[in-house]
Amino acid sequence: MPVTGRHNGVHLANEIDRVLLTQDDIRRAMTRISHEILEQNRASSDLVLVGLQTRGVHLARRLAENIERIEGFKPVVGTLDPRLWRDDPDVASSHPLLPSDIPNGVDGKPVVIVDDVLYTGRTIRAAMEALLDFGRASRIQLAVLVDRGHRELPIRPDFIGKNVPTARGERVQVRITEIDGDDAVVLGRES
Amino acid sequence: MANPTITVGNGNATEVIQTSGDKADANVTPRRHLLDLDDLSTKEITDLLDSAAGMLEITNRDVRKTPALRGKTIITMFFENSTRTRVSFEQAGKILGADVINVTASASSVSKGESLLNTVKTLQAMQIDALVVRHPHSGAPYFISNHTDASVVNAGDGTHAHPTQSLLDLFTVRTHVGDIAGKKIAIVGDVLYSRVARSDILAFQKMGAEVTVSCPNTLLPDEWQLGTTLDASTGFGGLKLARNVDDAVEGADVVMALRIQQERQDAGHLPSLREYSDRWGINAKRMALANDGALLMHPGPMNEGVEISSDVAHGAQSVVEEQVRNGVAVRMAVLYTLCAPGKSSRLSGGDEA
Repeated sequence: MPVTGRHNGVHLANEIDRVLLTQDDIRRAMTRISHEILEQNRASSDLVLVGLQTRGVHLARRLAENIERIEGFKPVVGTLDPRLWRDDPDVASSHPLLPSDIPNGVDGKPVVIVDDVLYTGRTIRAAMEALLDFGRASRIQLAVLVDRGHRELPIRPDFIGKNVPTARGERVQVRITEIDGDDAVVLGRES
Repeated sequence: MANPTITVGNGNATEVIQTSGDKADANVTPRRHLLDLDDLSTKEITDLLDSAAGMLEITNRDVRKTPALRGKTIITMFFENSTRTRVSFEQAGKILGADVINVTASASSVSKGESLLNTVKTLQAMQIDALVVRHPHSGAPYFISNHTDASVVNAGDGTHAHPTQSLLDLFTVRTHVGDIAGKKIAIVGDVLYSRVARSDILAFQKMGAEVTVSCPNTLLPDEWQLGTTLDASTGFGGLKLARNVDDAVEGADVVMALRIQQERQDAGHLPSLREYSDRWGINAKRMALANDGALLMHPGPMNEGVEISSDVAHGAQSVVEEQVRNGVAVRMAVLYTLCAPGKSSRLSGGDEA
């Protein structure tokens, strides 16, 4: 019988679930990442943030708003569904393909790929390959809210919200207001 | 073939259909074949249309290529002439990175008298992943799906079904009007023989649209009466059969003209093409009866001056070329959905990355 309740203001569906990041934690992490991106890219106004469908897109939009607040310009936000470039179609096709759109392309511009959770690295590999068809970026970096380890490819994020050591049987669930109704990162069991 | 009847999921065919309808979760047993739309749930249809939107973006890129179906072999096997459907499937497969091989009946061993079964077995032996079939006999794709491990896609069979045409018609309408539910669709043309009519009536009704057809009495199934609304026992419950074309078109959001074949006149279904054009042809005067901004559709190829006049066929309300463009995206969604899942499980990790 699952026990529901609130912990640190976060709604949990199950008693074994654990809150890793609360709404405030996520806001602070996103603010820090925004500053780090600006620092690393010398506030380049060419900057393109490419969010991976679906939660990465909303995180990219938040970063863009933060950057506008900090530096006074709003980076272009693109969307990418790298599913067709994945090497594991089983995972690939459980949801409809979502549109990819990068206004004005990426030729010669610094690009930051934004995703919610970094795990095996296979999505990021696919995303980088998909991105190549949009042009030759001057540089590709990676920002993730949570890095949970267990990489299967030589991929390392440039900007990390939180490092979370996990077991393979665990599940990291990122909830964001735009989709899930609240902001939280929850560690649970693979259902 | 003298007097075909229109039925839903008829007789033998039903046994072959996979039952992943409304009850079953499509994610649990991935769909292998697309033979007709009658066994697709509205969610499966919506998912395909959503995917097609993502695919359409890829067809508009400078680099139209993805590795999604790399290493997969798709064979298009056309026992009837076709330009757009065959090319559309070929392009869809190629953009997804599959190898596409085209077989036409006239240039294959079929012309030497090889049976359909043996042809399929021969192709099966070559390790193919998908077989796109057009055949003049209704049910041929069902038959084939029973004798191959490949995914079978019906690209039009006899007077039965043309599911990818209907999906692209739904997609085109959805792009313009948003939600299809409640919209009025007028279909004008050969209802008796047209697989597009049958599939489109089914598809639009399934998505909640109000469908009206108009055609000469001779091109309607025997048991249907002009001026009536069909009940559920026909499988097309709620389908209105208009007494004349003006009644069907009036207030419509979408007007679809279907191709009238010369053979119909030769077989005595029509007094003359000229009379058909006069009484059922879609022209500017008739389009004016439809709602403002109504879409004019035609599955092609068009007989301009017969079922559709040239001015409206290429006019502002016509989405005929858009239908063709959308056809590639929809077929990409279909091929990807059928061929990608369940064929590989190299990764056992979760759904995050």
